[in-house]
Amino acid sequence: MFGKLTLDAFKHDWIEVAAGLSMILGALFVAALLFYYKRWKWLWSEWLTTVDAKKIGIMYVVVSSVMLLKGVVDAFMMRAQQVFSVGDSHGYLGAEHFQEIFTAHGTTMIFFVGMGGVFAVTNLIMPLQIGARDVAFPFLNSISFYFFTAGAMLLMVSLIIGEFSAAGWVCYPPLSGIAYSPGVGVDYWIWSVQIAGIGSLFSGINFLVTIFKMRCPGMTLMKMPIFVWSILGSMILIIFAFPILTATLAMLSLDRVLGMHFFTPDFGGNPMMYINLIWAWGHPEVYILILPAFGVFSEVVATFSKKRLFGYVSMVWAIGAIVFLSFIVWLHHFFTMGAGANVNAFFGIMTMLIAIPTGVKIFNWLFTMVRGKVVFATPMLWFLGFVIIFTTGGMTGVLLSIAAVDFQLHNSLFLIAHFHSMVVGGVLFGFLSGFSYWFPKFTGFKLNETLGRYAFWCWMIGFLIAFMPLYALGFMGATRRLDHYDASTGWHSLFTLAGIGAAIIACGVGFQILQVVVSIYQRKKNKDLTGDPWNGRTLEWDTSSPPPFYNFAITPEVETRDPFWEKKQHPVSSPAPVHYEPIHMPKNTPSGLYIGSFGFLFCFGIIWYIHWMTIMGFLGVVISMIVRLSEKDTDYYITVAEIEKTEAESMRGGI
Amino acid sequence: MKRKYKLLCVVLFLIGLIALIVPFTGGADFAVLNPKGVIGAQQKDLIIISSWLMLVVVIPVLILTFVIAWRYREGNEKSKYAPNWDFNLLAESIWWGVPCVIVFALSVIVWRSSHELDPFKPIDKDVKPLTIQAVALQWKWLFIYPEQGIATVNYVQFPEKTPLLFEITADAPMNSFWIPQLGGQIYAMPGMRTKLYLIADEKGTFRGSSANLSGKGFSGMNFMAVATSQSDFEEWVQSIQGASEGLNWRVYSELTEPSEDNLPAFYTLEKKDLYDHILMKYGMPMSDMQMMGE
Repeated sequence: MFGKLTLDAFKHDWIEVAAGLSMILGALFVAALLFYYKRWKWLWSEWLTTVDAKKIGIMYVVVSSVMLLKGVVDAFMMRAQQVFSVGDSHGYLGAEHFQEIFTAHGTTMIFFVGMGGVFAVTNLIMPLQIGARDVAFPFLNSISFYFFTAGAMLLMVSLIIGEFSAAGWVCYPPLSGIAYSPGVGVDYWIWSVQIAGIGSLFSGINFLVTIFKMRCPGMTLMKMPIFVWSILGSMILIIFAFPILTATLAMLSLDRVLGMHFFTPDFGGNPMMYINLIWAWGHPEVYILILPAFGVFSEVVATFSKKRLFGYVSMVWAIGAIVFLSFIVWLHHFFTMGAGANVNAFFGIMTMLIAIPTGVKIFNWLFTMVRGKVVFATPMLWFLGFVIIFTTGGMTGVLLSIAAVDFQLHNSLFLIAHFHSMVVGGVLFGFLSGFSYWFPKFTGFKLNETLGRYAFWCWMIGFLIAFMPLYALGFMGATRRLDHYDASTGWHSLFTLAGIGAAIIACGVGFQILQVVVSIYQRKKNKDLTGDPWNGRTLEWDTSSPPPFYNFAITPEVETRDPFWEKKQHPVSSPAPVHYEPIHMPKNTPSGLYIGSFGFLFCFGIIWYIHWMTIMGFLGVVISMIVRLSEKDTDYYITVAEIEKTEAESMRGGI
Repeated sequence: MKRKYKLLCVVLFLIGLIALIVPFTGGADFAVLNPKGVIGAQQKDLIIISSWLMLVVVIPVLILTFVIAWRYREGNEKSKYAPNWDFNLLAESIWWGVPCVIVFALSVIVWRSSHELDPFKPIDKDVKPLTIQAVALQWKWLFIYPEQGIATVNYVQFPEKTPLLFEITADAPMNSFWIPQLGGQIYAMPGMRTKLYLIADEKGTFRGSSANLSGKGFSGMNFMAVATSQSDFEEWVQSIQGASEGLNWRVYSELTEPSEDNLPAFYTLEKKDLYDHILMKYGMPMSDMQMMGE
């Protein structure tokens, strides 16, 4: 009846029990709040069934933030283990538990924080910046979100029911094969990533079409904000890369569930094929994450320097070059697999080439500040921190791209320090910068600056203390993923230092949470009535904060790259009388939620071999899809009267 | 006045930070930067040369970041403000051009070093290389000396100044064979044979490990690599030959059972073609594989 699922799956050690309990208590607390404030109906009709890109974006922010907290806790647990587990002491985590934690950390951060952040900013900002009222396929957007959430839920459920993969975040076979990982952990990994990945592919298609087809009149490609260009690059990468991931995971699952031999070392299978395929997706994935962060910084620097972005055309070409090159560098993840010298040299050189457009972007950002008036607001601090960490991380990246050097540093902590410089210093700082920059746009009030600054400094200093020792440890021969090491290695003091750094980062996370709480408490004080709190440049600031659900009452027309800035420079003395027309909008629908839930059941059924649940989940997805696609009544017009009412209200200033 | 205090705080903080870090690094052994073999030494030189080349760009960027941000801060009345200035051909040419030149220089280095330091490339020396077959098991390293007829677990000894040919495979999940002080690593994969040429230029004991996650006992997969004089090596070989348990397929099968934190063990090699059998195990049709135990 329940396949492999027995009561044993619920037995855990006290740490996992504590994690599981805190998760359940958190969910109960939220449910209790919803009952207390009688907000269930509001949650359902305003949020869960929404197809409004802005609201979906905010839901992405919420899910990603929860996952970020989980991933950060994972990181602290690893750091603590490596501080204590030296010599005779074996720390407080068993080897398998430690391996589950770093696998979960990587998976959480890349798929559910990184990707969540990308889709959050894209949903929130991109339609506004191109003067569109919504994305091209609003319902598909809702499915994407629920697939993403289903994946995140699977990962969380693995804490309570069963176990998670202990094979590292890219789950190399043969270790991830059924022979060496007979438990359900790898299956949890496969299906949580698989369903989220399919959601990502849908999003990629959706946003690409949105950018190509829904720009407002006058916005030619070369007049798009650089943020939109970055998203375009990122979405192109998603469309080309994610099908590889889907196929690879499907084959790995077939190996495990149906005893096939795509990636087993025996009976004609080939694990090296998996490693090639996973990185043929995995390397573009890095740029899928970083390009939107670059986009955020391009907006932030221009706004806070009160000046045009320097070298726009260069920036566009740099993005193009990065998109192209990111597909021909994947082999640098495994120079040590024994390819010939020619192959290694080719991929090494291609990897270095990426440093050129990336460097150009950095110089262009720096020169955006030249002859500007730089305001050191929180988003700008994140940018400056990013430049420092990302530049040094980029340098160590180029070092790693030299195959002969990589032989000495591959899989060492040097590598860990390098890529955390890129994904923390680059991606995460980018999103945190964007968070404080665009927060007032969607809530109607600014975040507390002082606490934002404290958070930044804790992150920045904590990062340096936590990760610079890892470079040194790499040179000392310390490999990644060690749950224990000998005292004679002499690594203990540096691991302790890294642990101190992690504790400082923890303070940063604390300040970040405090910042949001305090800002909500003080929202009356920091209200943004203008819709333009930072003296912005692009179209999103030309709406009220928060924007009306149809974004623009009248579709804007643009002539320049910074339309809102120009509009403020040349105010029209006698504006033409406004004339509204009915706006065509999609209706809310719960179908996305249903499809996502059935998708979750489908995956859960496969993981535990509960065949009736798998079949039910599959049929559920198909039937809900058919029902939804047969519906005729999916859209409506907002009347002119309603627009006039909403606009008049927004003039008085948001919530 | 207030600003001066802030500056003082920052300076004090930085000094404190350095004071905090320095004792941590004292006496540390930077294996990769302290090589004992020509391969590792060349790799170290590469790290240093390419780091200097890259610092040509990185240091100006770091300095420019602070200088520009400070000079063009909002409160500075002396700095020029040109909100529409967004292009300069010369500047753009410099930051497309200079990195291109540096990457070109690095590319030459990459191409040469990839060939020069290809792990499969024999070391140019008159001495005949010593072949050692390394097999990654769950979770220990088995070293087979086919010419000497001995085998060891988690311990490998060899003469100094003699090129070593490691023929590497796995009868376990993928691992990576790494002795940082001698030179770079290469993967150990089931059914595959990778080669790694290394050399120790002086006597010593070096730490070796697996650099790739291979399951529960992975972090205990360390071994000692010991370089001795030629005569000491021969003596050591003789002390094992005949005196230790024979390594045949049955004993080997027991070795393949998962075990953690194994102490060194020594065997006389009874089954001379053991390594080939381990390799071929994964290439067999199902019926033959079951028979191979005989």
